Amino acid sequence: MAVNVISPGLSTTVQDLGRPGYYHLGIPISGGMDRFALRAANMLVGNDEGAAVLEAVFMGPELEFTSAATVAVTGGDLPPKLNGDERNTWEAFPVKAGDRLSFGYLKSGARAYIAVSGGIDVPMKLGSRSTYTLGALGGHEGRALKAGDSLPLGKGAGGKGAVPANLRRMPGNPAELRMLPGLYWHRITAAAGKQFFADTWKVAPEADRIGYRFKGGTALDFVPREQPFGAGSNPSNIVDACYPYGSIQVPGGTEPIVLHRDAVSGGGYMMLGCVISADMDLIGQLQPHSPARFVEVSMDQALAARADRLAALGRLRGHLGR
Amino acid sequence: MAQIHSPLPGTFYRSSAPDKPPFKADGDAVAAGDVIGLIEVMKSFHEVKSEIAGKNIRFECDNEEPVMAGMVLAQVD
Repeated sequence: MAVNVISPGLSTTVQDLGRPGYYHLGIPISGGMDRFALRAANMLVGNDEGAAVLEAVFMGPELEFTSAATVAVTGGDLPPKLNGDERNTWEAFPVKAGDRLSFGYLKSGARAYIAVSGGIDVPMKLGSRSTYTLGALGGHEGRALKAGDSLPLGKGAGGKGAVPANLRRMPGNPAELRMLPGLYWHRITAAAGKQFFADTWKVAPEADRIGYRFKGGTALDFVPREQPFGAGSNPSNIVDACYPYGSIQVPGGTEPIVLHRDAVSGGGYMMLGCVISADMDLIGQLQPHSPARFVEVSMDQALAARADRLAALGRLRGHLGR
Repeated sequence: MAQIHSPLPGTFYRSSAPDKPPFKADGDAVAAGDVIGLIEVMKSFHEVKSEIAGKNIRFECDNEEPVMAGMVLAQVD
């Protein structure tokens, strides 16, 4: 029982819900960039929600199955084709030994999650099967897939069903990323803070699993100060600090970067705040050049948004009889 | 007439470097497998190879233009 990689796509990796607990040692949480879509894909094929799947970005792989299984593709609209015949996204479909799965052009979103019944059974590393490519850790040999790879599958029961559009979630146009201002917000002027939220930014093409860079907005004005000992000379520099998941750093004050699943855990850039956990999945579905805005929220609003996402997950589980 | 599509979203480049000539000039012939441009995305550059052969290539997309997956980059006869 295996999945053979005929062609790998652009950068297809094995991901599960991630590897929390080691960030203080510099090992990031990794895992799917859109974990709601990852969970949905697993539920559709009858897996545990946290089973390992394939995350394909911008371009799908071509895969061959060595045994019968159930497959589902969720996330961005990357149309699956089984032996050349199109299948629906967000819907379980059966495959037989020898069948080939390929993909059409990405229509919307950025990342697709390909779940196979039984899950991708690569070895657990530090409690997760997720791939952290920079550290060559986890996944299949610690790297993105290559042609000729063969991925073992676990034993699965199979599933069925589909996720209707009202239970899916994709970013709007522009994407609205809710953000809680943080410890260093006082480093920029009130006018700069106002402008930061007023601007519409665009995703820079270099955005990846480590961080999403945004460009096209106004450069920040900093409140003048004498830089403390240990901080660099640029006003965007601070004495080194921990970088949370979702934190927004602005090197040189020009282009904000939101750290994502494979981020570094600390450094010397001040952070304006954090994109709230409820909206991190949306970032994983942003294409290069797509517009996005940052929307200020309070801690209470952030916690309410987190509760909303848990409720949405509950509705998905209910729909799929989980 | 046939079309060459972008396989990826990103930024399209017609030459390998700013001071280099374009991979293909308008009007050139194209063989299957010829590189017609680059797409920049996620800190790397990906060659766009034509899957078709034809004559008289006409670009529909400018150098450094943002592109979507599936967008027509060029037409050939």
